[in-house]
Amino acid sequence: MSLDRVLLAFLMGVVTYPSRALPWLAPGLERLPPRALDYLRLVGPAVLAALAVSNVVILLDAAGHPAFHVGAEWLALAAGLALIAWRRNLFLGLIVAAAVAAAARALGV
Amino acid sequence: MRRDLRQDLPALTRASSPEPPLGLSGARRRLAVDAAGILVSIVGFGVVYGLSARNAGLSLPEAIAMSTLTFAGASQFAALGLIAQGAPWPAIVLLTALLNARHLLYSAALYPWLRDVPRRSRAVMAHFLTDEAFALSLHHFQRLGRTDIPGYWMAALLVFVPWNLSVAAGVIGGSAVADPTRLGLDVIFPAAMGGLAILLIKGRRDLAAAVIAILVAVALGLAIHPAVGIVVGGLVGPLVVVLVRPERPTPGAEAPAGIEAVHDASIGPVR
Repeated sequence: MSLDRVLLAFLMGVVTYPSRALPWLAPGLERLPPRALDYLRLVGPAVLAALAVSNVVILLDAAGHPAFHVGAEWLALAAGLALIAWRRNLFLGLIVAAAVAAAARALGV
Repeated sequence: MRRDLRQDLPALTRASSPEPPLGLSGARRRLAVDAAGILVSIVGFGVVYGLSARNAGLSLPEAIAMSTLTFAGASQFAALGLIAQGAPWPAIVLLTALLNARHLLYSAALYPWLRDVPRRSRAVMAHFLTDEAFALSLHHFQRLGRTDIPGYWMAALLVFVPWNLSVAAGVIGGSAVADPTRLGLDVIFPAAMGGLAILLIKGRRDLAAAVIAILVAVALGLAIHPAVGIVVGGLVGPLVVVLVRPERPTPGAEAPAGIEAVHDASIGPVR
């Protein structure tokens, strides 16, 4: 059983902790310049959107080279995201995305 | 205020709740009821995270370590994506720090309630501060009209324990699924990332940052490597928006560490 990434988890925790603790332990430090706060606020949607699309659009071939990919995942992702945008319900959107992908694959799409 | 971001969480406004302050036991009962309401999404998402962690190649101890030590679901999901794409650890750690920087705002908003708590206790309590713990405890303090440290721990542990148990259930249960792609489980990860992004997008600037990030990520991902594209896209998209369309200050607006900023920063059903 691999334990290699426990250290990565620890490092992720180490860089997360100051955001949680600094305002309680050193009040005032959280007052970053407005532009920096604005940037940090925009990082969330940007990184998550980039992850989502890259994950579906780019596949690594057997040699490890990236290649453009079109498949049932596009349909599943579109259905799930449309539902999330409409109902503001993430969990429901995930269930639908998985169901659409499973159905599309069963139908040979 | 974007109440629609998290309809499963109580409202966050500090401004004058119409309810009169409750007694301690009444307020704690209400806290438990509020926590039960969000338990469904915590458990559901925890199981999904566990399944995704297993698909990304994490062992049970690794998945649990990430859930207990980082305890911030969106960044945990993002880390899975980067691990799967073969990103180097420094890139994963950098993105984790940036994604979790919103906790500064939660922590700052709770500080007035906790300023009299011993510093050592605050240092321990800080690790358990999440989107949900913040929302639950702030609302609890407001209801009560004062600070309640056991109430904070109740809020924090009612998130921490179910989250970690459901992650473990997802990893263990995932091993029983012979072919996750047949059930569409491989799509859950990008759908979760895209869904969280959608829930965070609240205006043109957010949308522009996301679109630029996607374009850069796909272009660089195809030209070099997906991990490079994701990191560069995620950092460049917001930078372009901040430089090209700086945020216009609202007249008379408070410092960004206020409740409004905190609520706007709320990321989704996971921490």
